[in-house]
Amino acid sequence: MTSSPSDTSVSARGLIKTYGEVTALAGLDLDVPGGTVLGLLGPNGAGKTTAVSILTTLVRPDSGSAHVAGVDVMADPRGVRSRIGLSGQYAAVDEHLTATENLEMIGCLYGMPRREARRRGLDLLEQFRLMEASDRPLKTFSGGMRRRIDLAGALVADPPVLFLDEPTTGLDPRSRGELWDAIRERVKGGTTVLLTTQYLEEADQLADEIVVIDHGRSIAKGTAEQLKRRVGGEHLDVHVSGDGAVATTESILAAVATGPLRIHHDDGELSAPVSNGVEALSTVLRELESRQVTIVDIGLRRPTLDDVFMELTGHEAEAEVSS
Amino acid sequence: MNLLRDSATIARRNVIRIRRVPDVMAFVVVQPIMFVLLFAYVFGGSIDIPGGNYREFLMAGIFSQTVVFGATFTGAGLAEDMQKGLINRFRSLPMSRSAVVAGRTVSDVVYNALSIIVMSLAGLAVGWRIRGSFLDAVVAFALLLFFAYSFSWVMACIGLLVPTPEVVNNATFVVLFPLTFIANTFVPSDNLPGVLKPIAEWNPVSTLTQAVREGFGNLPVGTPEPTAWPLQNATLYTLVWAAILIVVFAPIATRLYQRAGAR
Ligand SMILES: Nc1ncnc2c1ncn2[C@@H]1O[C@H](COP(=O)(O)OP(=O)(O)OP(=O)(O)O)[C@@H](O)[C@H]1O
Ligand SMILES: [Mg+2]
Repeated sequence: MTSSPSDTSVSARGLIKTYGEVTALAGLDLDVPGGTVLGLLGPNGAGKTTAVSILTTLVRPDSGSAHVAGVDVMADPRGVRSRIGLSGQYAAVDEHLTATENLEMIGCLYGMPRREARRRGLDLLEQFRLMEASDRPLKTFSGGMRRRIDLAGALVADPPVLFLDEPTTGLDPRSRGELWDAIRERVKGGTTVLLTTQYLEEADQLADEIVVIDHGRSIAKGTAEQLKRRVGGEHLDVHVSGDGAVATTESILAAVATGPLRIHHDDGELSAPVSNGVEALSTVLRELESRQVTIVDIGLRRPTLDDVFMELTGHEAEAEVSS
Repeated sequence: MNLLRDSATIARRNVIRIRRVPDVMAFVVVQPIMFVLLFAYVFGGSIDIPGGNYREFLMAGIFSQTVVFGATFTGAGLAEDMQKGLINRFRSLPMSRSAVVAGRTVSDVVYNALSIIVMSLAGLAVGWRIRGSFLDAVVAFALLLFFAYSFSWVMACIGLLVPTPEVVNNATFVVLFPLTFIANTFVPSDNLPGVLKPIAEWNPVSTLTQAVREGFGNLPVGTPEPTAWPLQNATLYTLVWAAILIVVFAPIATRLYQRAGAR
């Protein structure tokens, strides 16, 4: 890109967006310093996609202001578009075109000469191991492959600011790792990234700072470490089996827990935040034995981002529930 | 400049799709052949027109009807792009705001040109001939393409308003069948009863058909001069309509595109 790379930061102040009765954003503030990665974390319907849509000029907020790479989003949307790359939540590729044709088209629409767009497209296909598929219409591609081509589209013109809305949802672990590498590489080169995710591990891996949003406003922010510390204490995980075991265990855990429990009914797995781990562990063990619940496994562990999420929003990241 | 470049990029993409999407090919190739054959053999013998050859009379009507229906592609294509999220991707790119729709209307001229070639060949096979001058015939083909181009801006607006390509097809059939049948496409407008006659006479599809028929020299000798002003000045009247459609609907389509993703 030819634009001055001096300011590549992203900021938003008081973004409000309502859809009829639904408040998608209720006064969201965001700050992403140039050259860093912000992870926007939140449950379904939290407003992640709405925030990305506003910052990428697709949707106008009811009120609030935003700047991307020094450009006012509302006053100069076109200026913003030439400085950003967007990969939306759902792959937006032309399935009748080949991978190369798709990337070449996007490059051209960024104003790159056709040859250069093509060459850049091929480079990216190579990097994402999609070379052998470069001449096939995308119709014949798996969902994950289309997703990666969509992401490559956001990178074709090497824009200084990237918006990635759940970039690795639906990717296998290897592709996910490769995508993380590709993002890290760009960040090393000075690119600013705002990514939304449901995978707490992803935020942990990539983000310099994490903002947790729920019901359209930010409810916590900090580094992964800071957020984990915020939850404090330890977690007591119990895995039980047998009829009624989960219900019994639930009542036992509730008595020692310092926050909401997490329960996987199907698997018989429960987790509770506790303050004095060892004491809680022995209490729970004793109770479970006296009520003759079959224990498959029991243990204490340090909090993870999952726990942070649970603690802050009162519900789990959906991706974890469904897995 | 941006507009031209970006429209060309979008048009190129759409043209690549023509080859890869089988139902588009079917529409472009099979439907015109079917129409020519059906009308030529089913009605060809039983519809009489004064002093002439119905098959010859019919061809201009089929040409007009096919290119007007061809505009459906514009609407369906845009609705599909919207459904697949491509419109949002385009809207996030630093491209001209009119290029997605403009590129689509341009590439649909290619669809229509292909249909016209296929229809012409089918017509020649069943006995249709161009009886006028070469130049008049070229003007007639150009008029068909230009009117179809203008009409695709109307369909673009419909495509950007509805949720799925299927709705475009349904919506347009409701509009396009009356538009192409209450006209002189398949029967002389003089044969139409009551209020249908003036409607047909002022219908731009009729004047398009009239102009094309004249251009191909397909009006039988001794055909009475049309009494309605639009039919007397068919080419001019058709061009004015085409210009009005573009001037009115191009800005509307561009506006709809800009708001499209925000739904
Ligand atoms: N175009 C729209 N029309 C009506 N309501 C909308 C629209 N877009 C979003 N919403 C609503 O706004 C809220 C926030 O939606 P958004 O898509 O931003 O959430 P999200 O955090 O991206 O969720 P997910 O994790 O499911 O992608 C939701 O309640 C959603 O139903
Ligand atoms: Mg979303």
